[in-house]
Parts: sequence; structure tokens; C-alpha cells
Amino acid sequence: MPIKINKETCVGCGACVSQCPFGALSLVDNCAFVEETKCKFCGKCATVCPCEAITVVKEEMEAKDDLGSYKDIWVFAEQKKGQVAGVSFELLAKARELASQKPNTVWAVVLHDGSNAAICDELIKKGADKVLSVSAPELKDFDDLTYSNVLYRLAKERKPEIILCGATTIGRALMPRVAVMLKTGLTADCTQLHIDPETGLLIQTRPAFGGNIMARIRCQNTRPQMATVRHKVFAEMEPDASRSGEVEAVPFNKEDLSLRSKVLEVVENIGEQVKLTDANIIVSGGRGMKGPENFALLKELAEALGGAVGASRAAVDAGWIPYAHQVGQTGKTVCPKVYIACGISGQIQHLVGMQSSDVIVAINKDPECPMMKIANYAICGDLFEIIPLIIKELKK
Amino acid sequence: MNIIVTIKQVPDAANVRINPETKTLVREGVESMMNPLDAYALEEAVRLKEKLGGKVTVVCMGPPMAEAVLREAISLGADEAVLLSDRAVAGSDTLATSYALSQTIKKIGDYDLILGGKQAIDGDTAQVGPGIAVNLDIPQVTCVRKVRECADGKMVVERMTEEGYDVVEVTLPAVVTVVKEINEPRIASLKGKMAAKRAQIKVMTAADIEADLTRLGLKGSPTNVVEIFSPDARQGGVKIEGAPEEQAKSLVTALKEAQLL
Amino acid sequence: MNYFLTETEQMIKETAREVAQKYIKPVAAEYDEKNEFAWDVQEKIAEAGLCGVYIPETYGGICPEGQMGIMNLVVAVEELSKVCGGISLGLAATALGTIPLILFGNEEQKQKYLPAIAAGEKLAAFALTEACAGSNAGGIHTTARKEGDYYILNGTKQWITNGNVAEMYTVIAMTDKARGARGATAFLVDKGTPGFSFGKKENKMGIRASSTYELVFEDCKIPASSILGKEGHGFLSAMKTFDMSRPGVAAQALGIAAGALEDAVDYARTREQFGKPVISNQGLRFLLADMAMKVETARAMVYATARSIDSGDRNCSKESAIAKCYASDVAMQVTTDAVQVFGGYGYMKEYPMEKRMRDAKITQIYEGTNQIQREVIGQCLIKEAASKK
Repeated sequence: MPIKINKETCVGCGACVSQCPFGALSLVDNCAFVEETKCKFCGKCATVCPCEAITVVKEEMEAKDDLGSYKDIWVFAEQKKGQVAGVSFELLAKARELASQKPNTVWAVVLHDGSNAAICDELIKKGADKVLSVSAPELKDFDDLTYSNVLYRLAKERKPEIILCGATTIGRALMPRVAVMLKTGLTADCTQLHIDPETGLLIQTRPAFGGNIMARIRCQNTRPQMATVRHKVFAEMEPDASRSGEVEAVPFNKEDLSLRSKVLEVVENIGEQVKLTDANIIVSGGRGMKGPENFALLKELAEALGGAVGASRAAVDAGWIPYAHQVGQTGKTVCPKVYIACGISGQIQHLVGMQSSDVIVAINKDPECPMMKIANYAICGDLFEIIPLIIKELKK
Repeated sequence: MNIIVTIKQVPDAANVRINPETKTLVREGVESMMNPLDAYALEEAVRLKEKLGGKVTVVCMGPPMAEAVLREAISLGADEAVLLSDRAVAGSDTLATSYALSQTIKKIGDYDLILGGKQAIDGDTAQVGPGIAVNLDIPQVTCVRKVRECADGKMVVERMTEEGYDVVEVTLPAVVTVVKEINEPRIASLKGKMAAKRAQIKVMTAADIEADLTRLGLKGSPTNVVEIFSPDARQGGVKIEGAPEEQAKSLVTALKEAQLL
Repeated sequence: MNYFLTETEQMIKETAREVAQKYIKPVAAEYDEKNEFAWDVQEKIAEAGLCGVYIPETYGGICPEGQMGIMNLVVAVEELSKVCGGISLGLAATALGTIPLILFGNEEQKQKYLPAIAAGEKLAAFALTEACAGSNAGGIHTTARKEGDYYILNGTKQWITNGNVAEMYTVIAMTDKARGARGATAFLVDKGTPGFSFGKKENKMGIRASSTYELVFEDCKIPASSILGKEGHGFLSAMKTFDMSRPGVAAQALGIAAGALEDAVDYARTREQFGKPVISNQGLRFLLADMAMKVETARAMVYATARSIDSGDRNCSKESAIAKCYASDVAMQVTTDAVQVFGGYGYMKEYPMEKRMRDAKITQIYEGTNQIQREVIGQCLIKEAASKK
């Protein structure tokens, strides 16, 4: 039982109850009571208790004894058809910054089929000190098992202190496997990373409970420390032609090839549109769009802005636009520079998917709806009238 | 075809509020519900069972009150339900949770497929499904939007990607996590509700699943929370007034001035 | 108000409500406009297990043997009708066609039809009304002439709910015209029987999502085993059926009224005029209060009658008539008032109110006009008084 409440000294003041971020505490018979299933053992209650009646027994995992032998930061460079994902470059830039706080080498690890000869060079120009390149025809497309076997083998042998990866479909399938294989911790979907100057540990910040709460998480007793990170929270480096680095080619070990899963076909059906998660600007439509035909208007606005088209659950469920465009709790989480919500009232399930956008613009008939209240720019009016005018204005 | 569906009980996000003074989560009056994405996994499992025969077993790790979501799952077509409930699992991170669930699944045994939602809406990690796959040493496909075929110990599925989808063939048993697009869950039928009422929920403890206690709870969790804080609530900004032409012009000007365009 | 619904009734209520909200609400206006039967919704009602709520367990339903499930039916029909009084008829009119089978059918007939009806695979209909035989059910012209092991049906039935969509038709025909009402017999006729066809599809004021057709019998040959009950008992069967089925119509009326009241209260709370919600006007609150009184008393009467029937009361003509007559009058009044609460919006097709007013009207007319109901009630009063002596 990691939280102990001393019934003798507790005066039932309730200070801990109101301070618990998770609502795990209550007063029972005038004494604090903790509901273990809600408790995240953050210890906030102990610090606010005026009578020192609460002690948090820091029960934790035993530290592995070889922690000191892990060094360097790895960034998993996700590639598709030889093109590296934007988020991987963003992480290389961030890794450089982390490496400056703690002397470390930044490695990019790339699994590919070698079709893009310039890929390693590009990784170096954008922040990698060294590149670990595993190239084989079998690595052309992402396969959960093959990729995790390769990455696990590399990490097991070379002992990186930190592994970072984009919180993409691939990243969020690959990293959890590798973390469990290495029996270490992984923090998903981070929005901030820094090195704790005292302990030298990687502090990973991520939203929880749909962004209502932020948690700082660390992985103290096992290595590597692993995190997947959202798109667009860090900026990538301008390519620096003067940078040079070492490329280490590691042969693909055939034993790592999965015989139990196989990608039969890769279908790209979003056409010329900008990918939702990559977009700097997203134009999103909701119930107020009134019908599928009106999404053409949003597409036109998105094109004029060089952005992507998103949608609320209401619009997707009504069949006006495919699910791939859905932003929110049961869809995608996005954080573009500008999010333009058209006819979206802003139910909490939608807000959790987009409220970390830098700037929110809301166009809505109802000035009182939640989206209008959180928007940086709120335009009350008829979107069918205003959007064409915005497009006209942009084309001037 | 025996299918296991992993289900999590989560707070209903529509009701989660933040106390503006203490900036903490107000859980009072917040109802718990089945993780919405798990409902799609359950529906897919029931559809596969209806087509191919076999049974659907739902598994949940949580406090005794999580029994409610398991009963709901039975009303929606699951045949059996197992609740892993033990104080020893409190505080488990995703590594410990996937270990605990995979031990439970081993105990249930005799499965061809494990289905779950892409992620839970409270933790949003999407890590437990792959973790179970590694622990059970079986393959996985995440973010599945369609099951194309399922026969002869193999499945062909479509994995949703940023650009479209991948068609993936996987041998069974496997872990498959699903996205919303995969189906439209049914509502509980009258007979389902009656069955749920009568159903026996099997409760297992850490001892029942023969778990290594050092791999559960806080002791089994390499990650821990060092600090919790509330993000600054977004404050409203500028109301752009005027005739529609003026509104459009003001917005474009404002975005340009902020160098966002 | 606590009506002490049993666990089963509570589950039926929840299930029907979910079906109504999820599957009926989004399409009710569309089917009303198209004047078309909502097959996709009917499938959902079947999948949800609601088609067997009044059918015995032995035949795939949920009622314990020997017990009627009228209360179950009432609860389901009320909830469905809150959202659409037309779509709910797929269930309610099937019950009307099926109750005579449950009451008077032999084992073979029950085995043949009930499991499929309970599973929602087949719908049923009840065919009594003819052009010249409305309130005067005794005036029917359709004949059934016996020929060996067969009967030959001739005649036309009019305004038959679930016409064309039902697979099983309970048809009342004259086997012996000379005997008048005592010469009527009930038959079970399958859709697709040679000589049985559908005439005109009716274009109605309300309940447009239900299917109303003319049934045409031209030398339609059916086996003698299709007789329901005994020859000459057709009229009696019909009357006994109505005693039990009227709470179903009453529940439809009740649902229409209750749905209108719920929406009217919501609207009055959110609609602002003169800078305040319209519900802050006492005049409007009084109107809503009167609507609520009517709905609640109608519900009490309908539930009490259904429970009485389920508990074995076979002498319930008066109560059934009161329930049907009162609930349908209430439906008409309450939906009219609800349109008033909505004002101009109430009159527009964009909102679901004017439809309720149109749907409500039929409940005062069919399964015995409210004038006939009053006549039934009056006759019962005379009988009761006479029997006291």
C-alpha cells in the first residue's frame, strides 16, 4: 500500500481532497480516504497535508545495475518510400538540443530498402551526428514484427540511453513492442521533452485525460528511456550542408524477418491533399456544414491556405466526409499552427483532438458555443457567406 | 474461432471537468463507461463469431466496479467475461498492465485472436495492445479499419495509415487493434441485456494468473509520474465583428500579421 | 412517477428508447416525407429483440407460458412512438395481427408463424375493415366459400396497416352471410397465396412511415386448416382481440403525446423571446402543466389496463376502450398544444412537431373510432348496472 494515511493525526480538513488531481481522495468518517484505483501516486496530497498525516511510500521498480553503460540519443527515422517523416526531422533537432545539455551523440536509426541513396546524408544535414542504416529489400514497408526485431537487436547490443520516435501510426505500433522487449518504460504522445539538470533523466511531458491534465513522466530505473512525440511540437532544423557525420551500415539479419505478418499492399488514397497530421493549417467542418456537398467549400479554403481538411465526429458520422479526416477523441489528434473550425460547436470530444493548436479560428452562428469561447479569433456569422469572402481575400 | 477482447473502463470524457480554482480533475458525478474504441473491437469480435462460430471472451483489468463494463459487453454479444482485480496491480504503467493482461489471457487460454480498441481515451497510450502481443509472442496489427478475410489461421486486414491504408496479412493468433471506421456497433438487444443480468463474471487475482508480483503495480512500472499540472486553459481571444466582408478581411489581416500565412 | 416496471419491462423500455434515438430519430422525417415503410429501422427493431415481447417463450418470445405480454408491448410501443408514431406500427400492427393467433390459434398454427414473428423475420396484419364496413364491422362483404378441404376468399379489405409488408394476414370473412355477425370467420392467409394481391397504396395524412394497403382476394384458395378458431367465431375473435390490442394503440397515442411534451418542455426552456426563455411565462407553463396532466393520466390508465389484461382479466372491454379513447384524445390535444408551444417552428416541417399532430389524429379513428369506444364504454355501463340487480 504505497499511500498511508495516519488516522490519528488526520484532522479531516480536506486539504488533500481538493488538491488531488485525480479525485482519488475523499473524506470518510472525517478522515482522508484514498481510492487506490484512481490514485496515480503523484504525492501531491502528502505535500499539502498540514498535519503530515499522509506518507507516500515510494514503492518503485528496482534499478537495473548497468544504467551507467547506456549512452547516446537515438531517433528512429521513419521512412516511407525513402522519404523521411517530418516528425523524425523535428526529433533530430530536439535531440540535438537535449544532447547539448548532456554530452551525447545523436544517432538517427533508419530501416529502409536503400531506394533513396541520399537518405542518410539528409539525416545528417538535419541534425544526426551518426546514422545507423539497416538496408534490405525486406525493410521497404513497415512490418511490426520485422522492424521491432531489428530495432530491439540494435538497442540491446548498443545500449542507447534515449530512444525517440514520432507518435505516428508506425511509431505507436513499433515503440511499444520494442519497449516491452527491452522491458523498459515508454511514454506515449509527448508534447515536451527536457533533461532534468539534477538527475540527468529525460523528463517527458504528455497530456492525459484528453488534455485536461499534463503529466511529467520519467523512467528512472531502466534504460533506454523511450518516448513517442507528437508532430509539430518541435521545429526541424534548416538543412546544414556543412554538417558531416558517420554512416554505419548494419547488415539485415534474416532471423529478424517476420514470417507471421506481411504487408501485401500499400494504398495511398488521400491524393494530392495535405496529410492532416502534417498540416500547418487545418480547415475543419462540423454539423454546421449541413451536408457533404459543402465540404467542397472547405477544400477550396484549405487549398487557398495550403492546408488540410478536417472534420468533427458529427460530420463523419453523418457520412459527409471519410473517417480519415476526423479530429478528436475517436479520430486524430492534431496540433497545427492554425485550426479553423467551421460550424463546429466544440464538444469536449472534439476539443481534446485540437486544443493544442497554436491559433484557433472559429466560424459559427452561435456566439456562445464552446469553440467560439476558446477561439483566438471568433467570427460570428454564416459560414457559407464568410468562407467564400475569406477565399476571395486570400486570392487578392 | 475464439476471440478475446480487452476492454477498459474509462471516465466519460464529456463529464470530466477541471476545478478552476485547484486546477484538478473533478470526478464527482462523472460516470464510467466502456472505452469507446473497445466497443468497436467488441462489435467486430461478435460479427466474426456470428460468421465463423466460437466464442467471445471479454477481459478487463480494474476495480470491482469495472464489472459493469463487462456486463455491458455481454449485453452486446460477448459470451464470457473475466475481471482481473487485485490491489497489486494498482499504479501499473503500460508495461505492467500488458504483463498482467497477457498473464490473464494465458490463463484463459485457447484463443485465436485478441481484439482491442486502438487506444483508451483516458490514457491515450495505444501501448497495451502491442505489449500483450510481445508478451504472448504473437504478431500484431494496429489501427485496423477493416477485416477483409479471416480463414485458415490467417487474417487479411487493412491498417489505417496517414496516407491511406496498408493491406496486411497476419497469422493467427494475433493481436489486432481497431479504429472507429471498422464498423457501427449495435445496441444491446433485449436478450443480451437479460443475459448480462444473469452472467457470471469471473474475477481473477494476481495469484490466479500466476503473476510475478515484482512485475505488477508500481514495482513493475518503469515509468512514473513526477508531476501533474493543468495546462493553462485557453482563453477566448478576439471577436471579429462587422459585416461579413469586413470579418473576412480582418481575419486574413490578423493571420498575416501574426505570420501564420 | 414510479409505475413499478419489472426488470424486464425496464429493459424493454431502455432498449426501445435506444432504438428510437439511434435508428428512428435520424430518419423519421425522411420516411414520413417519402410515405414509405422503414425496412432498415424495422430490422433494427428486430435485432434489438423487441418483436417478441408479447409472444410466449415457447414460441421464441419472452412471456412466461399462459401469460399475455401486453404491458411489454405497451412499454415498447410507447417508447418507439415518442420518436415516430408511424414506424412504431411495424411492431404495434403486427401485434394486432398476431394476438388472435396467440388467443385462438392451434399448436400447428402457432408453431408455423410465431417463432418467425417473435424473431422479427415476419410481420403480421389484421384485416377487418372494408369500404362499407368501418365502425359497423358486422357489415363486411368479403366471403369465404367452403369447397372440400379449401375455402375460397373473395372481396376487398381496405386501409390495412402493414399491408404488403406483412407475411401473415388475419382476415375476417363471411362464411355464412345469413347468420350476420355470427357468420364471420377468421383465417390466416399468407402473402403470396394465388388470388391474394395488393390494391391501392394509401396516401395518408399521418403515420406515413407505415404501410397501408388495400387487400384484394379474387378466388383466393386457402386450406381449411387456415381457419383461426372455429367457423362463425370470427367476429367474436375480433372483439376479443380488440379488447387486448387497444392498449397497444393507446400506447402509440401515449408515446406520440409524451414525445411531444418532452420536446415542448426542452424547446420552451431554450427558446428566448423578450430576452428570457419562453418557459418563464406562467401562461406557457400552465399550458405545459395541462399537457403533463393529460399525458400522465393517460399513461396511468394505459399501464393499468395492460397489467390487468396480463394478470388474466378477460373482461376488459370497458378499460381497454377507456384507455384507447382517452389516450388518443390526449394525443390530439397535447400535440396540438405542443405545436402552439413551438409557434411558427411548430408549423414547419423542419421540426418534428407538425408530424406528431398529423400522426396523432389516426389514433382517434382506427381500431374503433373514439365514438365507437364511447359506445363500448356506455354498453358496459349498462351491463354492469344491470348485473348488480
